Amino acid sequence: MSVTGETPQMSWRDWLLTDTPASRRHARAASFYKGWLRFRTNSLAMVGLGILVLLLLIAAFAPWLAPHDPIAQDLGKRLLPLGTPGHLLGTDSLGRDILSRLIFGARVTLYIVVLVALVAPIVGLLMGTIAGYAGGWTDTVLMRITDIFLAFPRLVLALAFVAALGAGIENAVLAISLTAWPPYARIARAETLTIRNSDYISAVRLQGARPMRIITRHIWPLCISSLIVRVTLDMAGIILAAAGLGFLGLGAQPPMPEWGAMISDGRRFILDHWWVATMPGLAIFVVSLGFNLLGDGLRDVLDPKAEK
Amino acid sequence: MSAALSFRDLKVWFGEGRDHVMAVKGATFEVARGESFGLVGESGSGKSTIMRALTGLAPDWSGEMAVDSRPVPQGPKRDAAFYKKVQMVFQDPYASLHPRHSIDQVLSETLKLHGYTDIERRIEKLLSDVGLGPAFRFRYPHQLSGGQRQRVAIARALAPEPEILLLDEPTSALDVSVQAEILNLLSDLRSEHDLTFLMVSHNLSVVAHMCSQSAVMQQGEIVELLTTEDLRRHAARHPYTQRLLRAAEGYVRDEDAAGGAEAVA
Amino acid sequence: MTELLDVQNLRVTFPTNQGLFEAVRGVSFKLGRERLGIVGESGSGKSMTGRAILRLIRKPGAVAADHIKLDGEDLLPMTEKQMRAVRGKRISMVMQDPKFSLNPVMRVGEQIMEAYRLHSRATKSEARRRALEMLEAVSIRDPERVFRAYPHELSGGMGQRIMIAMMLIPNPELLIADEPTSALDVSVQGQVLNIMDKLVRERGMGLIFISHDLNLVAQFCDRVLIMYAGRVVETCEAGRLHEARHPYTRGLLNSMPRIDTPKDRLEVLKRDPAWREAPSVGPDESREVTA
Ligand SMILES: Nc1ncnc2c1ncn2[C@@H]1O[C@H](COP(=O)(O)OP(=O)(O)OP(=O)(O)O)[C@@H](O)[C@H]1O
Ligand SMILES: Nc1ncnc2c1ncn2[C@@H]1O[C@H](COP(=O)(O)OP(=O)(O)OP(=O)(O)O)[C@@H](O)[C@H]1O
Ligand SMILES: [Mg+2]
Ligand SMILES: [Mg+2]
Repeated sequence: MSVTGETPQMSWRDWLLTDTPASRRHARAASFYKGWLRFRTNSLAMVGLGILVLLLLIAAFAPWLAPHDPIAQDLGKRLLPLGTPGHLLGTDSLGRDILSRLIFGARVTLYIVVLVALVAPIVGLLMGTIAGYAGGWTDTVLMRITDIFLAFPRLVLALAFVAALGAGIENAVLAISLTAWPPYARIARAETLTIRNSDYISAVRLQGARPMRIITRHIWPLCISSLIVRVTLDMAGIILAAAGLGFLGLGAQPPMPEWGAMISDGRRFILDHWWVATMPGLAIFVVSLGFNLLGDGLRDVLDPKAEK
Repeated sequence: MSAALSFRDLKVWFGEGRDHVMAVKGATFEVARGESFGLVGESGSGKSTIMRALTGLAPDWSGEMAVDSRPVPQGPKRDAAFYKKVQMVFQDPYASLHPRHSIDQVLSETLKLHGYTDIERRIEKLLSDVGLGPAFRFRYPHQLSGGQRQRVAIARALAPEPEILLLDEPTSALDVSVQAEILNLLSDLRSEHDLTFLMVSHNLSVVAHMCSQSAVMQQGEIVELLTTEDLRRHAARHPYTQRLLRAAEGYVRDEDAAGGAEAVA
Repeated sequence: MTELLDVQNLRVTFPTNQGLFEAVRGVSFKLGRERLGIVGESGSGKSMTGRAILRLIRKPGAVAADHIKLDGEDLLPMTEKQMRAVRGKRISMVMQDPKFSLNPVMRVGEQIMEAYRLHSRATKSEARRRALEMLEAVSIRDPERVFRAYPHELSGGMGQRIMIAMMLIPNPELLIADEPTSALDVSVQGQVLNIMDKLVRERGMGLIFISHDLNLVAQFCDRVLIMYAGRVVETCEAGRLHEARHPYTRGLLNSMPRIDTPKDRLEVLKRDPAWREAPSVGPDESREVTA
């Protein structure tokens, strides 16, 4: 392999693709890079990633991107159609620029998504793995609680929570998280049951590890990949649930530009001024699609069997 | 000389009601310090169960077990000193390594759990002890062959510097060339670190090669204790042991095979 | 010809970051209604050969061959649906890792019954009866209890015997057994081998027996393929395995401990890069060592 005249320096690519990493950091970087290479071959997943990166950028640079103030009303210019000069996507019933509201709405959407994505899976993971690992009556009690939550339709339960906690975006997030965790607990428990009797768990027990350490260090890493995939696939549902609460007036409060609430506003004019409700609807659709595509791609990357 | 391991009338059971099974029915034997002791016998006769009871993985047992004359407490709990002294290598190298942990993680987690601080140095030493180069350190189990995995499992068991190693069929999943490497490695480690082995194997040649004495088990009972000389001379008294030794001479086609195949019809 | 299986120039490749990795590099053999042993060191491609015949190589791995004929019918162009009808019913495979192949959260009995009912229209009670019979046939002592047990409640050897029971129930024409007896003691092993042997002799089943136990293969099989680095380096009549000439085969034979001759250290195999390059031995040179 020693070709003369070649640069002796290893390229970045070779450094990242090596089979013999030299340090922990190197090993981690290499495995990330290999995952990325696999992810990159899935073009639909790349589209999903692209959509989400765009959403992130839009949210970050909203004040610079938006042509107008999203909450400034101008009743003289209400319900302008698509393509009006200065108002590319028209205006709503209070004369607010729809494009600007969509752009600022991206922030609200991301806020909801990030919070729910942090709270629900972690609660689910904790409940599911403890139930699965401990077994016995701990398992029974925790799983009955999960069943109770699962037995209610999601939106109805969220409504009940919001009604109890009061309307508002934080409470909407809390309500959605509280209704979203049970399926994750189920998944985590099922995975734990297949793992807990394996020899490699027995082996750490023989090193004197405590149950909580076994759960967090040894069981979680094996559950997390299926949870991440599941969460990205559920994201669309979560955005829609938030939109649903917004639509019912229980989520984001006016004049906050939340996409669901915008659809709700536009509903009254749906026949004559269809774009008012359609534009935020499209935004929700595109972002949901982005999450779904990403989830599919991640499933391929995170499946340990696919690794070489 | 005091015994490193002693078992007196050990009974181990699982389940209750109609699923109750007495996996070990009164086993009594001793393993002297520095000795290598073999457990052979029928599949499902309770060999692994004896090891699991000792290490607290099979919690329901009666009788007496002692490590260095110190009695082992009932239930699944063992103190840190116990795990420092007794370690186990599992039957199946494909199942005994965490699929998402690199070798480095496996070993450093083990060392941390035993309270060591000079982890870097120890990992390097362990890897070279079991004959794996530093290139393997950041590999994941799926990047290793069966023999390499078994070496990692052995390195993990050696990490707390135990005095007693329980080996549950350490080479049954490996091919003969790797088996030779692992058995040589184990012999070297035993003489270097002055270890005591309790070793399960169904391969009588392996037992004869490694151990000075062995117990033969059938249906949860120890039917015979044999020295390796007895084994080599085929001097067995119990009919099961005699059958085992005959079978070990090689497979003989059973021309009018009873049972078995009828069920397949 | 009464060839049951005819494999010509089988290749299995995996794309890796370092380029294409060839796990099997042009293996050819023919199998009648006989016992064919495949031996070789770990990683030599034994399991991949077995899986490739059933087209069970996971993506991104790929199988290529001139043909893989079962009873004269090529398996390669078959659709996935047609293959599903072949698997289990006509060709069964006992996988190397029984505990990995069993569902850890399902009772053993249900899994055997499911495997049986997949290929026959048996009633539940009929399937149950057959499952219990099979458990007994593979020398499991209390079949009723094991029927209700979960995989982790079994000993290593019991898991292996259950896999065998599962694969024999649908009565396949060809059985590929990947290290089926590695966790069994010699006496139970003998009983399990007797079952397979009887199926070969009386029902004309073909058997591919993958193993690392050279003595066993020499005694149990009719013919042996010796694999190294994805190729067949030598084939011979099983009874003459101990006269094999290839240094690799000799190395494998010498690295086994022997019960009657104690040694301090076992010999380990020293590999020669030239073995890797030697061409694969074809199906028609199979009587090589007889000379
Ligand atoms: N967790 C468990 N729950 C119920 N039964 C169990 C459990 N573990 C083992 N057994 C039973 O105990 C008996 C002995 O099992 P053990 O694993 O000790 O056998 P072994 O001698 O190691 O056999 P092998 O050589 O096949 O590994 C078997 O009948 C098995 O079904
Ligand atoms: N997904 C994969 N990607 C790349 N290489 C693979 C993959 N799966 C298997 N291999 C390689 O294919 C080769 C053949 O593997 P195979 O499982 O057939 O070996 P084997 O002869 O059955 O060995 P053993 O006796 O250990 O079971 C090995 O070198 C292995 O590393
Ligand atoms: Mg065992
Ligand atoms: Mg294999």
